[in-house]
Amino acid sequence: MKKLKQWVKTPTFSNVSASIAAIVMGLLFGLIILLVTNPSQALPGFVSILAGGITGGAQGLGDVLYTATPLILTGLSVGFAFKTGLFNIGASGQLVVGAYVAVLLGNLDLGLGGFHWVVAFLAAMVAGAIWAGIVGFLKAYLNVHEVISSIMLNYTGMHLVNLLITQTVYDKLRNQTQPVLQTANIPAMGLDKIFPDSSVNGGFFIAMIIVVIVHIILNKTVFGYELIACGHNPNASQYAGINAKRNVVMAMVIAGALAGAAGGMIYLAGAGKYIRVIDTLHSEGFMGIPIALLGLSNPIGVFFAALFIAYINIGGFYMQLYDFVPEVIEIIIAAIIYFSAFALIVKNIIARYQSKAEEKEKSKAEAAEISAEGGSQS
Amino acid sequence: MNTLYFLVQQTMFFSIPLLIVALGGMFSERSGVVNIALEGIMLIGAFASIFTINALQDYMSGQGLLLIAILVSMAAGMIFSLLHAYASINMKADQVISGTALNMFAPAFAIFVARTIQGSKDINFLNTFRIESVPLLGDIPVVGPLLFQNCYITTYIGLIILVISTIVLYRTKFGLRLRACGEHPQAADSVGINVYKMRYAGVLISGAFAGLGGLIFVVPTSTAFSADVSGYGFLALAVLIFGQWKPQRILWAAFFFGFMKTVSAAYSGIPGLKELDISSDIYKMIPYIATLVVLAVSSRNSQAPKAEGIPYDPGER
Repeated sequence: MKKLKQWVKTPTFSNVSASIAAIVMGLLFGLIILLVTNPSQALPGFVSILAGGITGGAQGLGDVLYTATPLILTGLSVGFAFKTGLFNIGASGQLVVGAYVAVLLGNLDLGLGGFHWVVAFLAAMVAGAIWAGIVGFLKAYLNVHEVISSIMLNYTGMHLVNLLITQTVYDKLRNQTQPVLQTANIPAMGLDKIFPDSSVNGGFFIAMIIVVIVHIILNKTVFGYELIACGHNPNASQYAGINAKRNVVMAMVIAGALAGAAGGMIYLAGAGKYIRVIDTLHSEGFMGIPIALLGLSNPIGVFFAALFIAYINIGGFYMQLYDFVPEVIEIIIAAIIYFSAFALIVKNIIARYQSKAEEKEKSKAEAAEISAEGGSQS
Repeated sequence: MNTLYFLVQQTMFFSIPLLIVALGGMFSERSGVVNIALEGIMLIGAFASIFTINALQDYMSGQGLLLIAILVSMAAGMIFSLLHAYASINMKADQVISGTALNMFAPAFAIFVARTIQGSKDINFLNTFRIESVPLLGDIPVVGPLLFQNCYITTYIGLIILVISTIVLYRTKFGLRLRACGEHPQAADSVGINVYKMRYAGVLISGAFAGLGGLIFVVPTSTAFSADVSGYGFLALAVLIFGQWKPQRILWAAFFFGFMKTVSAAYSGIPGLKELDISSDIYKMIPYIATLVVLAVSSRNSQAPKAEGIPYDPGER
């Protein structure tokens, strides 16, 4: 209890409450929209959002994990960049570049047997890292704002990949990539037994391992410490002897590798997904932004935020039973990001409350002291 | 000659929306508020106005209907941009995050409303707005076919907006104050300018222009609106930066980008380019790569407004 009381006073508490407040407000906004469009079905529809994957039993829960896997990685990508004070809005481009390289290698018979998918997956990470490295380089050495250059590279990457697909692994009939070889698919690692009929695979375990690795890099290494220091105050870190420019590049490279990994994860899942040759950006990349915000850019937080977003997404799928359009979920997520932009206000309210509580405690303690002194005198 | 006329007319269809949206973005950014929500605002403007056309087209047609749609698109864009203004000015929120939220909200909202009301996400409309030839002006040799045939009144509205924007930004008290708020809001405040008000004005103008741009983009290029403006808002952002936040340069940037779009869509019909046989994706990439190059070269002495993206805090001097 005492520990809990102490925790309530930390900034982590006010951050977590800000995230939860944003989620609650976003969900309420969604409820209002449901009530406006179809009052009689609104409540059951809303309940099915909250019930998420549970409605579908084991298959539904498996689909939650499957949907969450790439989201965990793009969330980590955006969050990692946030920690270093960079806004990686380019996860979408990094993701598609990684996805293309994974599919390309997945189509080649490299004679690697069981390691085929490992090579394709790692290559996706390298491709994403290079793509984001351009952003880091431009930021560090030429002072180009990372948001603008990432937006440009999102579209450049999309068109480049479309061009390369039509030259290499093109399925002309369906206007998409050819399926990868069986050996290039990430094995299910037993998850298909727990969640039958769902598309979940071993990628989920890999994502979990990556969460732990990123957590260790950020919190237990000198390199991670330097990155976070640069995020707080680049000038002070430079003064303290940290190579801020190199760190900006490295942070983007790692963020890009994570987004590229997400791309590999989506198209090596063997779930019947192919890169389509259309002029549309991948939404998974943009989903990384709300996930990183809700997860406070903390790897563990990102993990749970991605699960939450995947959970209500699957809930949106089952909500169609009540004649609702699943886009409600995207509206709710957009509302959650919008309200999380208000985090400052929530934090201020909590901070005021915290300092008031502290004062109260202080005066209480003083009063107790005085009365104790009074007691000893008499 | 016919190819040339066709190219110029097509370039106009692509350039004018870019020009208008980028000019809108210019007002917002020069007042100190980064607006990456242009894409979402375009979408909402297009959605509201195309929906209006869809509802009214049985009763009226032609330029009158287009004029109503224009007003609707501007109003819708302004209302939607209020969300961005409130978050980034009053709530001191991160402007990029608030913009991202709007960009995600817009397509979801448009699809949701369209599907709830009419079952499918595509909103069809009859294009009764094309002008075959402007009376008198269309008969001028060379210039007539280039600028006054097979066109829309929106083209001329766009050019008028450019002229007015230039005058407002550089020749009026309002423009001077707006620019001051983007460069040094504390100094502006100290001489009695209401920074919040000016920034609201900037964002609202950008909302109106972006909404209008959405409509102008959709009308000549398709017959149905399916909750998508194909990244034009982001392309307009590139035009704005390529144009270094200055109206005249934005005009040239918009024409360059629009021309590249035209080439990517129609290169097989252009003698000379057809033989080269370069994939359309290359032409589509060029505007973005060109923007990156310009940024790389010019960012050391960037013309971007100094206080852009920083919430105004009166306590800070």
